[in-house]
Amino acid sequence: MAWLVVRLAISVSLLYTASAVFEDQVGKFDWRQQFIGKVRFALFDTHSQASKKLLVATDKNVFASLNSRTGDLFWRHVDKIGPEGHIDALLMYGQDAVVVTGNGRLLRSWETTVGGLKWETVLDTGSFQAAALVGVQDFVKYVAVLKKSAISLHDLSSGSQIWVENLPDSDTVQYQTIYSGGNGLVFVFGVVPNSHIVIVEYKIEDGEIMRKKSVEAAWMSSLESSCTVISSGILLCVDQITQSLYTLQLQSAEQTEIRQIHLQTLDLEVASGFQPVLTSTQPNPAQPPLSEFFLQLSPDHHILLQLKDGLIAPLRDFNPSYLAAFATSGERTVAAVMSPKNDTACSINLFSADTGRRHLDTTIIYHMDPNGGKPNRLYVHAFLKKDDSVGYRVMVQTEDLTLTFLQQPGRVVWVREEALADVVTMEMVDLPFTGTQAELEGEFGKKAAIQDGLLPMVLKRLSSQFILLQAWLAHLWKLFYDARKPRSSVKNEVTIDTLSRDEFNLQKMMVMVTASGKLFGIDSKSGTILWKQYLENIQPDSVFKLIVQRTTAHFPHPPQCTLLIKNKDTGLGNLYVFNPIFGKKSQISVPALPRPVLQTLLLPVIDQDYAKVLLLIDDQYKVTAFPSTKNVLQQLQDTASSIFFYLVDSSQGKLSGFRLRKDLSTELIWEVVIPTEVQKIVAIKGKRANEHVHSQGRVMGDRSVLYKYLNPNLLAVITESTDTHQERSFVGIFLIDGVTGRIVHEAVQRKARGPVHFVHSENWMVYVYWNSKFRRNEFSVLELFEGAELYNSTVFSSLDRPHPPQVLQQSYIFPAPISTLEATLTEKGITSRHLLVGLPSGNILSLPKMFLDPRRPEVVSEQSREENLIPYAPEMPIREEWFINYNQTVSRIRGIHTAPSGLESTCLVVAYGLDIYQTRVFPSKQFDVLKDDYDYVLISSVLFGLFFATMISKRLAEVKLLNRAWR
Amino acid sequence: MATMRVLSLILSVLSSVTLLWTQSGECNNGRRSGEAVDTDFSGFSVPLEHSFEVDDVPRFSLRGVLQFRGGREHGVYLAQNQLSEKDRNTLKDVAAVDGLYRIRVPRVSLQADRQTERQAEGYLTTFVRACSLVESHLSDVITLHTDVSGCVVGVSIVTIPGSCRGIEVEDEVDLEVFNTTISVVAPVTAPVPETAPYIERMEQEMEKKGKNPQEQKSFFAKYSIYIVPLVLFLMMSGAQDQSGGGAGGGAANGGGR
Repeated sequence: MAWLVVRLAISVSLLYTASAVFEDQVGKFDWRQQFIGKVRFALFDTHSQASKKLLVATDKNVFASLNSRTGDLFWRHVDKIGPEGHIDALLMYGQDAVVVTGNGRLLRSWETTVGGLKWETVLDTGSFQAAALVGVQDFVKYVAVLKKSAISLHDLSSGSQIWVENLPDSDTVQYQTIYSGGNGLVFVFGVVPNSHIVIVEYKIEDGEIMRKKSVEAAWMSSLESSCTVISSGILLCVDQITQSLYTLQLQSAEQTEIRQIHLQTLDLEVASGFQPVLTSTQPNPAQPPLSEFFLQLSPDHHILLQLKDGLIAPLRDFNPSYLAAFATSGERTVAAVMSPKNDTACSINLFSADTGRRHLDTTIIYHMDPNGGKPNRLYVHAFLKKDDSVGYRVMVQTEDLTLTFLQQPGRVVWVREEALADVVTMEMVDLPFTGTQAELEGEFGKKAAIQDGLLPMVLKRLSSQFILLQAWLAHLWKLFYDARKPRSSVKNEVTIDTLSRDEFNLQKMMVMVTASGKLFGIDSKSGTILWKQYLENIQPDSVFKLIVQRTTAHFPHPPQCTLLIKNKDTGLGNLYVFNPIFGKKSQISVPALPRPVLQTLLLPVIDQDYAKVLLLIDDQYKVTAFPSTKNVLQQLQDTASSIFFYLVDSSQGKLSGFRLRKDLSTELIWEVVIPTEVQKIVAIKGKRANEHVHSQGRVMGDRSVLYKYLNPNLLAVITESTDTHQERSFVGIFLIDGVTGRIVHEAVQRKARGPVHFVHSENWMVYVYWNSKFRRNEFSVLELFEGAELYNSTVFSSLDRPHPPQVLQQSYIFPAPISTLEATLTEKGITSRHLLVGLPSGNILSLPKMFLDPRRPEVVSEQSREENLIPYAPEMPIREEWFINYNQTVSRIRGIHTAPSGLESTCLVVAYGLDIYQTRVFPSKQFDVLKDDYDYVLISSVLFGLFFATMISKRLAEVKLLNRAWR
Repeated sequence: MATMRVLSLILSVLSSVTLLWTQSGECNNGRRSGEAVDTDFSGFSVPLEHSFEVDDVPRFSLRGVLQFRGGREHGVYLAQNQLSEKDRNTLKDVAAVDGLYRIRVPRVSLQADRQTERQAEGYLTTFVRACSLVESHLSDVITLHTDVSGCVVGVSIVTIPGSCRGIEVEDEVDLEVFNTTISVVAPVTAPVPETAPYIERMEQEMEKKGKNPQEQKSFFAKYSIYIVPLVLFLMMSGAQDQSGGGAGGGAANGGGR
């Protein structure tokens, strides 16, 4: 019987850990935002007038369709990461979009309304050069793909290959572009740099070479950037050195010399050092391009030119102008030009392409974001209005990857912040108190109490109480007012002014740092972007580190975040200090960092303004303190002998420990060298500073206590073997004390390979590796215990802990690959821990730590039952209801950030990758919160009922007693 | 290498030496197993140096010699000198100002087939507070950690007890002789998921179930003693009901009786 009870208890405890959202909870405290990345190709669907589709292909290998009225995604296809999924070209004709992916590996046709794949063809090997739609007799039938040494023609409706031909002399000639004007021929242009151009003419029907000619062009280095085809088959090129335009008739047999037109004759000049750009337009692939074209002479100078009767004439000079683009609607082609208006705004105007005349009333004012970057791409969607005039909308892409969609007369229809597709690091910061709360806080500030006497303090107290009363009444009034309105019209719009901490601190500010150097402040409750700041001159692939130096807890001092931006190559860094709530740059003077920064260290030491001290260690082991006031330096001198830090040089496999000296220099105190011939250090992690451990030990089945080894200075170092043979490769795990350099534990996982993901927390560490022998992912958990007795229970010191801990370890099979790993975190650490496992499928699995316990017994005993240990099973279960993001998958999940909330049961989770997903998890269920469907009416009616029943029965009893007494 | 041997011979005073061997470190990770490990190799030695200075600038001097015994088991001896009068005083002074007592060993490989490239550049250093060394009367534990290939990657020193309570050590004799425990620790092989014992256990359980015919009975068979009377009882009561209804129904159902 007892056995049955215990079994029941175990199964109940298992049930207890199972958590999932109910249907009506969907979207209540979670949200997801989907992104696409930096747009490389964007095409508007001009097939029908009412179409809202905008097709985009991005550098994140995403091919998507956006709703041009709202900016939402219609559909999105996320291809493989890296060159394999790279989108080389995007062409659109009618309802079909043709995409070339993976450096010319695949040719795909998509149906644009629902995003279904129509057909897919695997192309021959060879690096991709160009692709073009090919039309015959006003009808587009084929798509031509040019590779380095071959050209192939495919049918547009089925994808079947019509013909493939090798290009002549492809070893010497670089074939780069392709052109077809709808006259039954395909032209391929190649170049021998600084020698000549090669033009090969293919017949569309069978791929027969009709003509091949080479033209002298000693000035030419690359076709792609400087040449285009205009008018009825005229190759037009521009050269900066000779300051000339060149034209060449493609179809005439007699012209074998390229014609040179000096720019001087047109009174034009290319800015020195600027590569001029030619832009032409071919509205219909089955017809030759227009004879008008743009020539960009300098970054802010465009000119519209026309070729007529062999002569080039300027139509209109746009000086200054940032961007220019052509657009076609029906038979009419227009040009949109963006010119600066003043410091903060640009104006976009529409011009007719054939005359250069400005269309009236077509100005769009584009206001540049003062915290954003400059515009760098312009996409125009032209349409015919009812009165047959041309209307247009534009999409502007800026340096900071913001997509802004505008319509006349400058109304912003939607904005997408595509920088968020590449979040590098983030922090969650508490929101500040409201004005009234702050008032109360200020009242008890130290300074106030000293300055004021007794009476002013009383008055102050009364006034603040009055303000509170006022605020409460206002709140009540608002509640009453809102209650009368229909539910849908009540909008809780979050703005930067209404931000305040909620009762349980569940709403926080998410500070996100993106790879493009743009910072965002996002409200965690709704996902609204509250502030953004673009940092200019950030090198691509810089390393960012975000540090919260002062939280919101120190009113009236504003919270303060510091971002360390480090150049990957030189190691030189600079600091950017800002207020995480408002996004404003702080006025605090920042120390200059002339030497490469090796390590940063946030100390618990605070200055008189309650900012934590940040130490920056440079390559000469000199320490810079920030802030570096007198007070701080004094404190550092006093505590110098107890400030230790470590450095890792993974190229030499060297870990070294340093101690701070009183004069802010350092001394080397320990060194550990892991030979790089055998293994290399791949990752190193300490514990999170804001982590709390509630219980010091675990109560065993026999009522004794097993004390945890809680070393806050412990580092987990992961190495991978240099030998990658599946039998000999291994993963090494070193647990090193960061103060003394003592190797606390050293383990080696044989026949294992990376990538290793791991979490290091409390007294345990969990890591995931690839078992190369059995070809599967495996989890392993290490737990450290001091034993049945605590060496020094009052305080932990790395210098005084002579006995090595007991290490327990167990491994499990995990039946899925893993993208990222993180552990939940709560306010006081009472709630049981869960591991959050990001899967490549986009799901986030919340795995109870209970399953990863090295004390799980092989054979169930009475004591292990007492302890509620789950019997060992080699395979880790994956249950659908453990997916915390149900169907809201996060594409390419790269990181999970966890933060505690004011409720002990609740942990805030943000997963980021291509998408961002925010939710709350309750690892031990919501033990401190009443349920949503809690029956207040029932419980209060029962209470009142009981109350009245007692009253009545009391009265009755009294009467009865009295009666008895009379009897 | 030769100089070291000579050095070890010169040492006249040998203090307490502890021999300890740890589990045989499986050093040749995937190396050619055919190659003989223990050929003509009979151990080697490296110096163990220490430094304790009042000004805290390390100046290392010889403390003793670590003698490794070759072969499969990494036995290690430590032969070390007594502390001189001067050293004892310095150590006490360093302890008084809470200075550090540092030790270092050269980077060596304990693997036999690596004899030629045994010594790499550089040292491995670690430290302990001088006061705890004094207060523990020079009783310390030194551990050398090796990697899978037998290279020493780290060294650690702890004193037992490890605390600094400010106890005066008066007796000079207590600070003369080191009482050292030295060991070499090779990495532990981490466990892999144990599928075989699990399957075995499951099979055993199945067998157990198979042997016990009581368990194999179907639900009906198991509880038939309860079910059959229950069903009978229900049927009986149902029949009575029907008969009662029939009686009330009148003559039309009369034939049913």
